Amino acid sequence: MAAYRCSYSAVLLILCICSVSTAIDSEETTLTGAHHVGEVDNTQTATETGEQTTEQPVVEERRWEAIDVEEATPGDSDIDEKDTSAPETIVPLTVPQLKDDFQEELVIRPLHSGDIYASFQFRTLWETDFMKGNKVSHYRLFPKSLGQVISKFSVQELHISFTQGYWRTMQWGQPFLPSPPGAELWVWFQDSVTDVDGMWKELTNVLSGIFCASLNFIDSTNTVQPSASFKPLGISNVTDHRFLRYATLPREIVCTENLTPWKKLLPCGSKAGLAVLLKSEKLFHSSFHSEAVHIRPVCQDLLCKTTSWELRQTLNVVFDLHTSGQGKREWSLFKMFSRTLTEACPLASSSKIYIDITDNPQWEQFELSPATPLLSQALVLGDRRTFSVYDLTQQITFGTVRSLNLLIRWKSNEGDMLRPLLHAERYVAGYGLQTGEIHTLMYNNHPYRSFPVLLLDSVPWYLRLYIHTLTVTSKGKHNKPSYIHYQPSKDRVRPHLLEMLIQLPPNSVTEVTVQFERALLKWTEYTPDPNHGFYVGSSVISSLVPSIAAMDTNSTLERPLFSSFFPCKEESSYFVRIYTEPLLVNLPTPDFSMPYNVICLTCTVVAVGYGSLYNLLTRSFQIEEPSPGLAKRIANVIRKVRGVPPL
Amino acid sequence: MGLLSDPNRRRALINLLTRLNAPICVVCYMAGVAWFMGLAFEPFTLRTYMSENAMGSTMVEEQFPAGERALVTGREFAAHKKKADGMPVDWLVKTMQAQGLEVFTQSFSRTLPFPDENKERYFVKGTNVYGILRAPRAPRTEALVLSAPCSPGSSNNQAVGLLLGLAQYFRSQIFWAKDIIFLVNEHDLIGMQAWLEGYHHTNTTGMDWSPLQGRGGSIQAALSLELSSDVITSLDLVLEGLNGQLPNLDLANLFYAFCQKIGVICTIQGKLQRNDWDSVSGYSHAVQTMMLMVMKQASGRPWGDHGLFLRYHIEAASIKGINSFRQYKTDATTVGRLLEGMFRKLNNLLERLHQSYFFYLMPSLSHFVSIGYYMPAFGLIAVILLLRALDLWVQLVTPPSRTEDGIVDTEQQASPGVLSVLTPLVISHLTGVALYTLPIRFQEMAVEHFPVSETEAVVLTAIAIYTAGLALPHNTHRLLTGEGTEQGWRVLKLAAVLYLAVLLGCTALINFSLGFILALTLVPVAAFITPHVPKVLSAFILVILSPACTLLFSVFFFQELLEMPVNFPDGWLLYLSVISQGILDHSLYGSLVYPLIALLVYPCWLLFWNILFWK
Repeated sequence: MAAYRCSYSAVLLILCICSVSTAIDSEETTLTGAHHVGEVDNTQTATETGEQTTEQPVVEERRWEAIDVEEATPGDSDIDEKDTSAPETIVPLTVPQLKDDFQEELVIRPLHSGDIYASFQFRTLWETDFMKGNKVSHYRLFPKSLGQVISKFSVQELHISFTQGYWRTMQWGQPFLPSPPGAELWVWFQDSVTDVDGMWKELTNVLSGIFCASLNFIDSTNTVQPSASFKPLGISNVTDHRFLRYATLPREIVCTENLTPWKKLLPCGSKAGLAVLLKSEKLFHSSFHSEAVHIRPVCQDLLCKTTSWELRQTLNVVFDLHTSGQGKREWSLFKMFSRTLTEACPLASSSKIYIDITDNPQWEQFELSPATPLLSQALVLGDRRTFSVYDLTQQITFGTVRSLNLLIRWKSNEGDMLRPLLHAERYVAGYGLQTGEIHTLMYNNHPYRSFPVLLLDSVPWYLRLYIHTLTVTSKGKHNKPSYIHYQPSKDRVRPHLLEMLIQLPPNSVTEVTVQFERALLKWTEYTPDPNHGFYVGSSVISSLVPSIAAMDTNSTLERPLFSSFFPCKEESSYFVRIYTEPLLVNLPTPDFSMPYNVICLTCTVVAVGYGSLYNLLTRSFQIEEPSPGLAKRIANVIRKVRGVPPL
Repeated sequence: MGLLSDPNRRRALINLLTRLNAPICVVCYMAGVAWFMGLAFEPFTLRTYMSENAMGSTMVEEQFPAGERALVTGREFAAHKKKADGMPVDWLVKTMQAQGLEVFTQSFSRTLPFPDENKERYFVKGTNVYGILRAPRAPRTEALVLSAPCSPGSSNNQAVGLLLGLAQYFRSQIFWAKDIIFLVNEHDLIGMQAWLEGYHHTNTTGMDWSPLQGRGGSIQAALSLELSSDVITSLDLVLEGLNGQLPNLDLANLFYAFCQKIGVICTIQGKLQRNDWDSVSGYSHAVQTMMLMVMKQASGRPWGDHGLFLRYHIEAASIKGINSFRQYKTDATTVGRLLEGMFRKLNNLLERLHQSYFFYLMPSLSHFVSIGYYMPAFGLIAVILLLRALDLWVQLVTPPSRTEDGIVDTEQQASPGVLSVLTPLVISHLTGVALYTLPIRFQEMAVEHFPVSETEAVVLTAIAIYTAGLALPHNTHRLLTGEGTEQGWRVLKLAAVLYLAVLLGCTALINFSLGFILALTLVPVAAFITPHVPKVLSAFILVILSPACTLLFSVFFFQELLEMPVNFPDGWLLYLSVISQGILDHSLYGSLVYPLIALLVYPCWLLFWNILFWK
């Protein structure tokens, strides 16, 4: 037990170091001319080293900004942006001293498969205090419905996502913001809350109303309290997982009815700014769609004297080459969203579009029109990416036609498959309706470094896990997890929770298997469509993955010699969370016309079988005397008249 | 139920049953056979109807346009197959990738227990290629499978072409809610077995396969396509799977509905439906169709690549394109539209196919006989065994016309009875175990000593052991201490009859056809065999009605039904190959017919043989 605690604290420590270390990588450089790539890199590294030294003292304070980068919002630290060529686009170096602030941005990444990935982020910052019974009644940019939820339920952090489809890591790489299929909700409550479960129950019901989703189906049978996988992302002094609740609804189907309330939370609604692109008929004509809301307290300034609340609304969508693109490798805003942009949201302090052009430095892969002079660099998921930036607050962006319709036209037709450093898959093995086996495969594709992952499995109670059959194997050898947190299920009360810290050896597949038995439910517990099967939510794999930038040992050409001798500590690893596919498991299902048959049969059996048995048991058997002859009977009558006893 | 509580009336009933036992048995047998034959008569059968609401109304519009292009792809595939002399893995991977599928391969190898002379293979090594169309609307939880075999020679090229054409067309559609797996399997069933075992990560038959890299969740339904010509006259639906399992009837209904809608001639068992049910020829046509299904189901082997899916609770059927000399031809586009329609309907499924029947017989594609209708035929025959058992029981309990010392006699006779029952039981089962294990075990030895091939060695060893079992009664009696008594054979027969009843009952529940055919031949033997009937004649009848001879007759009968009658030498060769195929099916796919016959039915029959030669 002590060993477990040790390793547990080690995990926390690692997570902490990671988030700190990534803090420094968020500098950006913007330069003129898309064609001066060599120059860009040189200048960039020079500024990088310069900035590293200047930023060292404030590492602790910039921590939450750093997490932004972890979650891969490349333009998040716009405040540091320098501009050498276009003085009119200078952004103030400090956060504007407004009480609240709204930023919007869209990142578009053309994917090798020919698909296109668009990620919207809308951030509202508000310097206020919802805590400690502070009554907040005046709302400007921050949506009132969510503000009331935060103060009423003493929410410390709230993360909710609705996803349709499954993120294909093998084809698309890592998403900026991962989310599992269906609905996911995890909430940190403040440590002042006494009845966390009651709060959680009410909160899910309220959110269910706000987002028009079936979150009210979250109850104790699908809620868990992960001990290590989900840590607060904002500033917080609560780390006791008693105040954390995590639940997924893998079956939840996302549709326009969820999108509309989500759009209503935006200050401009869908009337102006980037949100005009969010038309449901196009957004749902895609192979992946995910919308999320994240609320957390963040530092207001570098010294972190005051906190403000951050509401971050994200929407990720991947358009398919074959279904939406008609097979042509040519994408435009109009083709994707059937709208073009004409203005930024007037309430937004920043409104930008980023196009990922990292793989395309010489424009040999695809061409982009209209061209933009602005470039930006950011460290996203351990990889240094270059982006073309379109600032919507500048009128010049919209050109003479007063509308912006970005066009990306691919020149070459083939793209190599991505090889993400970490990916995972899960399936149910075996056949028959009695037992089965859950296999989780985790791939570490790093050529020489091993790294630890935290695996979180929450399995409903009706799959009875045989935890003694749990095996973890890598490269054919047993791989002992350094930390296991297992909470057995209780029938109809709570699910299984299994958390493990596993070291993945380099270039290997690690397989976690556990057998289970399928429970026979009570007949009222079956869903209306029992033959569809029952869902098991995605496993969550959280990990510190060695950075791709640090892995790249051949890139000495782009770097000055002094910067490349020791592997760069700051870039050495980044945080990644991936979700496996949910499982659909068939349980033994009775024939539901059976009750009728059973009633008929039992009635017959009772009537016939029991009746005759009862008859046999209760009837008294007597030996019947043969009836006397006629003469004897007459004689008896006479004798009776005479008063003499009969013969 | 006063009938049973009243000792007098009970006695009367038992008297009636024992006195009229033989006539009742004969009547039951006749009634059972008559009932079975009546099943094919159209007024007695039900019309098929779609039970699954999600597939009910025909709301999908089929638009598959690219039949010609699919055939060109098929020709390309044929050229590459010829060049690679087997599965053109690289070409298939490249083609599927170009269509935007996630493509994976699986290699497998398998050494057969003895060479398969029908397909000329012993060591099998191959690769399956499959591409997954990821559904935009679902997180990899459900999947449908479309498979086409990569057969040697020039067959099934069009099937692969059409599969690739459909993949391309399906890829550009947005409405898929289930992943669609396009599978090209090599070495037909062996490849399919490897793929299914890999997909479900089980290993029931000891095959070597590489693990699968991509999956699509739980498979809801599968269709296997076999197409060997550019145009076809009709499509044939094959349903019979491993161990006589059948897919849900709704799958057959779906096929029939789309054939009707698109106007494709469809058949089952290769037999067209006829409308003249009231004529003799029309009725005999229906009987033929149904008997073909019964024979195929009883064989317990998968009759198409779909057959192995059924074990995993995946509804599956094979669709075979047939090109005969009829005038009316259907092109590949139409077949593609039919498949598109079926897949779109399956895509609409909210639950697994479960609404309709899993146990049925089909005298035509539009009519079916459900389990409730065909079971009485079996029940009527099986009740004979119970009647005989009752008769024997009564004879054992009330010895006829005995005085007070008769009781002592019975006790004296009953004690050797137990041993005399147990010994033949054990010995006959040991013979069964020998029949099950020795043929494969001793093939090498047989090949060394006799001028036969491995396959012949296995089959001939099996026949030799089977025949050697006939010498059993003499061996049994040598082991017995005392003489066999009247009581002894009665006890043995009672045990044997009940054993047979349980055995047939269980078989018929799982595989009705097999159970019924066995009951048809074994029940008369079981009913009337005693040590007192004429030995030579009864022995002859007993041998004629033994399981092995039943199989021989079935082979001839099946050929007759296929309208391809064979003469005796050919039939005998066919018989030998059927035995070897049965043994192979067991070891390759886990078919249960061979162990059932060898370990249970044959020993049971030996018990009756024992009774005949009771001393």
